[in-house]
Amino acid sequence: MGCSRKSEEKGIPPSATEDAPVNGDRIIVCSIGDAKRLLPMLASDSASAEIAGLVHNGLVKYDKDIKVVGDLAESWEISEDGLVITFYLRRGVKWHDGEPFTSHDCLFTYQKMIDSNIATPYSQDFLRVKDAHVLDDYTFQVRYDEPFAPALVSWGMGIIPRHLMEKEDLNTTDYNRNPVGTGPYRFKEWVTGQRIVLEAFDDYFEGRPHIDQFIYRVIPDTATMFLELKAEGIDYMNLNPVQYERQTETPFFKERFQKFRYPAFGYTYMGYNLNDPKFFDRRVRQALTYAIDREGMIRGVLLGLGQVCTGPFPPESWAYNPDVMKYPYDPEKAKDLLADAGWKDADGDGILDKDGASFAFTLLTNQGNEQREKCAQIIQQNLKEIGIVVKINILEWQALLHNFIDQRKFEAIILGWGLSRDPDLYDIWHSSKTAPQEFNFVSYKNFEVDRLIVEGIRTFDIEERKRIYYKLHEILAEDQPYTFLYVADALPVVHRRFRGIKKAPIGIWYDFIKWYVPEHEQRYTTPTLSP
Amino acid sequence: MMIPMVLGITIITFVVIHLAPGSPTDIETQMNPKVSAQAREKLKRIYGLDKPLHRQYLDWLRRLAILDFGDSFVDGRAVIKKIGDSLPITVVINSLSLLIIFLVAVPIGVLSAARQYSLFDKFTTVFVFIGFSVPTFWLALLLMILFGIRLNWLPISGIKSLYLADPAFWNRALDYARHLVLPVFVSSFGGLAGLSRYTRSNMLEVIRQDYIRTARAKGLSERAVIYKHALRNALMPVITILGLSVPGLIGGSVIFETIFSIPGMGQLFYGSVMARDYPVIMGILFIGAILTLFGNFLADISYAIVDPRISYR
Repeated sequence: MGCSRKSEEKGIPPSATEDAPVNGDRIIVCSIGDAKRLLPMLASDSASAEIAGLVHNGLVKYDKDIKVVGDLAESWEISEDGLVITFYLRRGVKWHDGEPFTSHDCLFTYQKMIDSNIATPYSQDFLRVKDAHVLDDYTFQVRYDEPFAPALVSWGMGIIPRHLMEKEDLNTTDYNRNPVGTGPYRFKEWVTGQRIVLEAFDDYFEGRPHIDQFIYRVIPDTATMFLELKAEGIDYMNLNPVQYERQTETPFFKERFQKFRYPAFGYTYMGYNLNDPKFFDRRVRQALTYAIDREGMIRGVLLGLGQVCTGPFPPESWAYNPDVMKYPYDPEKAKDLLADAGWKDADGDGILDKDGASFAFTLLTNQGNEQREKCAQIIQQNLKEIGIVVKINILEWQALLHNFIDQRKFEAIILGWGLSRDPDLYDIWHSSKTAPQEFNFVSYKNFEVDRLIVEGIRTFDIEERKRIYYKLHEILAEDQPYTFLYVADALPVVHRRFRGIKKAPIGIWYDFIKWYVPEHEQRYTTPTLSP
Repeated sequence: MMIPMVLGITIITFVVIHLAPGSPTDIETQMNPKVSAQAREKLKRIYGLDKPLHRQYLDWLRRLAILDFGDSFVDGRAVIKKIGDSLPITVVINSLSLLIIFLVAVPIGVLSAARQYSLFDKFTTVFVFIGFSVPTFWLALLLMILFGIRLNWLPISGIKSLYLADPAFWNRALDYARHLVLPVFVSSFGGLAGLSRYTRSNMLEVIRQDYIRTARAKGLSERAVIYKHALRNALMPVITILGLSVPGLIGGSVIFETIFSIPGMGQLFYGSVMARDYPVIMGILFIGAILTLFGNFLADISYAIVDPRISYR
């Protein structure tokens, strides 16, 4: 795999920094699905959220190192008891229609978030707010019943303009297709199923973005997307491991595109139904993890573009504890642990058994995710070697969720989590979250973990929280309610004419407004779009 | 006759799409830890999904009576608007490829029947069956690589260029046409086999009839026998096929629309089914049902006109 590193250094014109940033040109990015609604509180799919994120701002945001910093809020104060947050807003921020942004807009956004007639799926963090007040035009205060550390980042929700939307029904308003925000780009046009066009906002409070236009094209097929990339019809896409390793190493490609690689914020896992007696014993779950060759899995499934996952946090998270129990591939150790737990091959048929029953289970995963299907096959093979029979069942997503997960009719399952940046584990690991449709569907119950999760929510001090989440990481790694499989790498590629891209723990897009194209390399100089 | 049939169709489709596991509210929200179960219940109430199924159907029917297909659950837009956005491009592509299929397949069928077992017959048989069996997505990708990347003659995907140096009408039309070449070719190539084989076997059957022997016996030239007497009779069933193709005009193919990034009916329908967007699914199926019945009706009528043996009392 060493070759990929070398190729990144060779034969590439240096990403010139000598020219000063200039305005101009357009960037064309693509998505497999069209956006749906562009109001931030209703944007539940990734395409809508991406566009909404460029058009709107929240009060806070994550910086390149995944730390919470001010966005529309210049600063904030958290009361001693953690119950009151006071935001001091930036002055002179303008909406795209020229009106000033004030704290009344924040209050309006909050009121809409908790309005039970508005189809936002994100209300839960805001329902914890006891009351919210406008102290003056540039001071906004919220009060909570109990300390809630993720509260601060929940105010990253995009703020919407009161003066335009006060009388609108947000579910059906035209602003879903024609949004007005405070963000670096203003909405220009939306050709359904084809493209969305955004334009640089001259009065943006952090300075006008250098790239004139941001064009979002809909290309539903990823093979077509890759061909469009090669034909330079689009400037950005996320590659898959095969494309990254094997199809983009040509001089043609390297001359025109720059590839990036960093760990994605999420992981793939095999979860066990902990109500199933087979998986009661922690030694059994640890043995299964020892028996699975996760390094080999990463080489086979991701072509090496990923890393072994050790617990509920990806390595880029500040909550990630590097010193937890690791499980190197060790089939002998697995067999010993299983023997301790009573699983031995008593009848000599090559399959482990206990009290007359063979060790066999069905592993479920969803259809259409080739990587998960391959993982299932590797696990099947690995476990066969230590005498465990695995049957694989691949199901349509809806059927999998409703007929198997919600009804807890599964033994083991391969799925993945895409995580929010805040390390709160309440929804996935707290023992109160095991009802149907809730996310602790493996039914993990550990009172120590419950206590630490609640403590983590109530603690604001980041060093102290870190200590709590390190401990949680440690316990979950030891308990192995999941076999944490891997954290895959995100593999974006950007056209080489764009300069000023700096990779950071959060990715590459955080300072998009500073990207630029040197004048002599600008591609799109035609003033208008074709009608 | 047609109204109870349409009602029956809508009841069955309504029940069937509600039988599929999952509901519109959880497609985007389930497995997202930021979305609580209460929030999902709230969404259900807003969309009226908490009512019993027969109430939901009656509500839908009541709105349909005033030609209101409702709003999409996914983006809140009117169903009729969404269909209106996707329909034109699908109709254009399907009409063009239907035209090409008829223009190419009928002559192929007639000629290969007239010269049964000739080299031409064998060659075209192989050719149309290749078209029939080649997977659309594979052929489409190969053509995109050849014409879009290697030769750089045609655009790869979409139906319009983002930028045109000169947005005059003729340039725009040319740009549009260039985008259509590959999709129309791919969709018609696959359809040649059916119609050409059908024409061929019809033609062969007609040639064996007594009246053709009579025509030959009275000394007509072979040309006149085949292209005048035989052809007319052989084409009659083809008209039925034309009638039956009418509803097909609005149904897009998911596969090639996805590959060529064409925002047509195929993608709209597929996307709606995957998102369980009931109003849109029902809207499309309703229009499809109406068109199917209408197409059958047209085929019946034209059959009666062309074939004097059939009459309606």
